[in-house]
Amino acid sequence: MRRVYMDNNATTRMREEVLEAMLPYYRDDYGNASSIHAFGRTARTAVDEARAKVARFLGVAREDVIFTSGGTESDNLAIKGVASALKAKGNHIITSAVEHHAVLNSCKYLEKEGFKVTYVGVDKDGVVKLDELKNAITPKTILITVMWANNEVGTIEPIEDIGKLAREKGICFHTDAVQAAGKIPMDLEDTPIDLLSISAHKFYGPKGVGVLYIRKGTKITPQLHGGHHEMKKRAGTENVAGIVGMGCAAELAKNEISTEIKELTELRDYLYKGITSKIPDVTLNGHPAKRLPNTLNVRFKYLEGESIVLNLDLEGIAVSTGSACTSGSLEPSHVLTAMGVDPAETQGSIRFSLGKYNTKEDMDYVITVLPPIIQRLREMSPLYEKGR
Amino acid sequence: MMEGQYSEKVMEHFRNPRNVGEIPDASGIGNVGNPVCGDIMRLYIKVDDKETIIDAKFKTFGCGAAIATSSMVTELVKGKTIDEALKVSNHAVAEALGGLPKIKMHCSVLAEQALRSAIDDYIAKKKAVKA
Repeated sequence: MRRVYMDNNATTRMREEVLEAMLPYYRDDYGNASSIHAFGRTARTAVDEARAKVARFLGVAREDVIFTSGGTESDNLAIKGVASALKAKGNHIITSAVEHHAVLNSCKYLEKEGFKVTYVGVDKDGVVKLDELKNAITPKTILITVMWANNEVGTIEPIEDIGKLAREKGICFHTDAVQAAGKIPMDLEDTPIDLLSISAHKFYGPKGVGVLYIRKGTKITPQLHGGHHEMKKRAGTENVAGIVGMGCAAELAKNEISTEIKELTELRDYLYKGITSKIPDVTLNGHPAKRLPNTLNVRFKYLEGESIVLNLDLEGIAVSTGSACTSGSLEPSHVLTAMGVDPAETQGSIRFSLGKYNTKEDMDYVITVLPPIIQRLREMSPLYEKGR
Repeated sequence: MMEGQYSEKVMEHFRNPRNVGEIPDASGIGNVGNPVCGDIMRLYIKVDDKETIIDAKFKTFGCGAAIATSSMVTELVKGKTIDEALKVSNHAVAEALGGLPKIKMHCSVLAEQALRSAIDDYIAKKKAVKA
């Protein structure tokens, strides 16, 4: 059976080059980067080189790149770390209603600790309402955290505008850029961002390694206490092989991003055209233009998403109903709900997230396999009758 | 069974659901669930004059478990009398499917409720005819 992986917003297939770059640090150069002997020095050099590659990828200073265990840790460190460092200054945090749970649940945790959090709404395309955000700012606001691009629907947020606003008001600004990294150009030299989270496995790197960029001068309290690793901002023996892998993935992503954007946008739009030309009652979720080039989230009226995912899986096609992190939950997507999608229709949403290993043949396969599945499930759905 | 995963039996009923459709002259119809929660089941039963369910069909909007439990409940009640069918519990449906992931147990509850609702409808209709 043909196997088609279209769940690249959940994770990506690691590149061969990345794996090759990592292997020596498991096999021969296994030193602890903090040791002073030759084994340690080799590891330290590798970590430093990787840091430089990630810094170039983001357009930031090397010493502002802090390696972590991934996106969730980076988000936790940024939000809790700033809240803790600035609690004497204020207790108010602003975020959006469509954030990843790593951000939302960090904020919820802080609410229990006495902080106040404003969850700014989005429009029907999933774009954060700037006016609402602006009006939410109080003298007590210490942090604004808004994602660069949404993981479920792919909508790209007005990060530059939010950053400028935060800068004007002297408020620290964090962005969860986990889904944006490697998919759209990011240059922090000119973008007013103080903290930014990324994760290697979303751009063909290994799992278990991420970065929190911390602009010089940003006040932050470490959340892991231990040795003097990572500029004393994140204790713990460096995941050398993982960090090397992330450096390699970042370098490749930087070099290939413009080609990748072009190719993925073409494939994605071809898929969307194919689906909508063969299946009625399909609606796009997310911004029609300001959207990640690889992400296509659509809702199929009268249906529930899991039954579509399972049927596609039986045909070898891997997609998801939204975020992989919420697939164990029965709640309708908080992202689609915030976008004002009819609650009954949120259930029938499917996310196709493409990657560099997808081909036009993959799209054709989906376009062939999907319509009969949708038809069969609709015939089974008691909601469909009204639509006939 | 692995946490959160479907048994083979569930997948088998999901792939090839039994008794999908409607019964135009149904003796009773049960409607339960709502689209916001992600599950709607409509169960049709045909009952003969000996109070035996001679046919059952369903239409379901929902996840894999919702479709499989709908399919299983129709299989379980066919050939049973109304009294026997009333004893079919959600656990019986889940068990017949080789178990359900914990977070999907509510689908078996929905299947039981759909069955009860169809039987209630049948009894109400019968009373209405007599009256």
